[in-house]
Amino acid sequence: MSTETESIVTAEAGSRSVRKAMRQVRSAEAKVPTTAGRRAHNRRETVAGYGFLVPWLIGFLGLTVGPMIFSLYLAFTKYNLFTEPKWIGLDNFVRMFTEDPNYIQSVQITLVYVLVGTPIKLAAALGVAMLLNYRDRGSGFFRSSFYAPSLIGASVSVAIVWRAMFSTDGPVDNSLSFFGIDLGGWVGNVNLVIPMMILLAVWQFGAPMVIFLAGLKQIPQELYEAAEVDGAGPWHKFRNVTIPMLSSVIFFNLLLELIHAFQVFASAYIISNGSGGPAGMTNFYTLYLYKRGFADLQMGYASAMAWVLVIAVAIIAFILFKTQKSWVHYAGENR
Amino acid sequence: MTTFEAPRIEVVENALEPADQPQPRRRRVKRRTVNTIIWFVVLLALTAIVLYPLVWLFFSTFKPSSEFGQNPGLMPENPTFANYAKVVEGIAGTPLWRFFANSFFIAVMAVIGTVFSASLAAYAFARIRFRGVGILFAAMIGTLLLPFHVIIIPQYIMFQKLDLVDTYVPLILPKFLATEAFFVFLIVQFIRNIPRDMDEAARIDGAGHLRIFFSIIVPLIKPALLTSAIFTFIWTWNDFLGPLLYVNSPEKYPLPIALRLYNDATSTSDYGATVAVSFLALVPILIFFIVFQRFLVAGVATQGLKG
Repeated sequence: MSTETESIVTAEAGSRSVRKAMRQVRSAEAKVPTTAGRRAHNRRETVAGYGFLVPWLIGFLGLTVGPMIFSLYLAFTKYNLFTEPKWIGLDNFVRMFTEDPNYIQSVQITLVYVLVGTPIKLAAALGVAMLLNYRDRGSGFFRSSFYAPSLIGASVSVAIVWRAMFSTDGPVDNSLSFFGIDLGGWVGNVNLVIPMMILLAVWQFGAPMVIFLAGLKQIPQELYEAAEVDGAGPWHKFRNVTIPMLSSVIFFNLLLELIHAFQVFASAYIISNGSGGPAGMTNFYTLYLYKRGFADLQMGYASAMAWVLVIAVAIIAFILFKTQKSWVHYAGENR
Repeated sequence: MTTFEAPRIEVVENALEPADQPQPRRRRVKRRTVNTIIWFVVLLALTAIVLYPLVWLFFSTFKPSSEFGQNPGLMPENPTFANYAKVVEGIAGTPLWRFFANSFFIAVMAVIGTVFSASLAAYAFARIRFRGVGILFAAMIGTLLLPFHVIIIPQYIMFQKLDLVDTYVPLILPKFLATEAFFVFLIVQFIRNIPRDMDEAARIDGAGHLRIFFSIIVPLIKPALLTSAIFTFIWTWNDFLGPLLYVNSPEKYPLPIALRLYNDATSTSDYGATVAVSFLALVPILIFFIVFQRFLVAGVATQGLKG
């Protein structure tokens, strides 16, 4: 389904506007008058409200909440789609962490991919956004060119291209050999296949870049001028004006990019022909989950894996939200 | 100390406001021009690197299969159309156009479903005051962050029990139920920016929510609907996991799954065909992107950050 590209628009929504939206909805609710004369009107509004929400409610309950509860149940069972689920308590979770070296490896490579790839991708996005922000005229073409990979990066076509580019005697191997660096093909190399996947993620820096750029344009020019009067050099302006003024955008980009990085699937599947090889080095979390659930039909085990992922993502989101007070600065708040 | 510092400040001021104006200004203009040229060259080099894989893909479609692994360069040594001629025949007894038609059908249905269901939900969240709206809105935002892998297994079991595997229903039905919360949120934000005056006037004239929605709101949120439609089309077109799970018969395959067929079956022997289909599969998206790029990038970039 939607992977990296989704982050663009969601993040654009910006955490600031999410908070504002929540506040608006809450205050709208609070303002509903409860006097007797308006009761009929309120009833009509409630009927209309739920009427408009019918499709969404069916989807939310039938395709999200219901399946989530069922999946939580399956996580404690042994189930192969054809016989009844058999309750086995915590066995799936115990097995995962004590008896399944493939699972441990999958967690390790996914963490490396997420924790190394995401900061590099965001740094690239911010760097290029600042470069584009230097001048308005002529930057539109570059912005569009850099954004294009984000739209197609998760597609099968790009995964096929990536594999060809990094194969033995492919364009990358060939150019590096030209500079005397003889690495051979990256695809079959256990040490280079994760860097190759990270490069594919970094290549899609355009989505967060567009969001950073929109954020940069909102920083009042006077702040830079004031910093200059105080004798600030480029580094100080970056450190003391750009970063604090952009922190809410950085926060949201970080949150969404981390969550999406955990869900890398199609490119790993195509590059390894569905095997997760070489030696399990592209067996990312969701690919392993897919193999367990749909190739081996261990749907209880795969559900348990999915819930560990949900909990991991929730913990990361929780930590980010908790720490944001110390480093995220919302301009609107001290007004 | 103070007497010592005073002249230094003067020196700085002198440097900022020199006696003879015209020459430094020319120098400054020249420096700006040089900076702009450097800026342009750096970005151009970056563009070349970023777009290289796509350009390489395009030129590779004209390479005969034997050239792969021997000619890593951009240009084919013996350009040929043979890859395209071969690819049109299709694979697994299914012609190529069929995969395109399947992809197109699924994507168009997804667009219709998403625009319809997401705009209805967004109107309720943005414009109707009713009990429970706050909690439902928070729940909707929550689904934005939910890793969807937690629901694919139970969803698969459900569609399997309903005997809907190997149909397009599991791929299309969720779109009609506004499961892509992101679009609901996008449209909510857009509706919020529309002044309420017009709907209030319509209310006084006795119009209900349906009237207001269709005759006032829908015409005004066309840009948000278009953005949602374009993104839905592209994401559905690229979607791999959905069809991988639910579509089994080759004649029903959308492009990404058909591509996997090429990738599995022919990657060693017939690289040319794989590359040609990969490129053809990207063409509709690239066309979409070129036509709507300003709209996609700029329209979406300002959305929400304003809040």
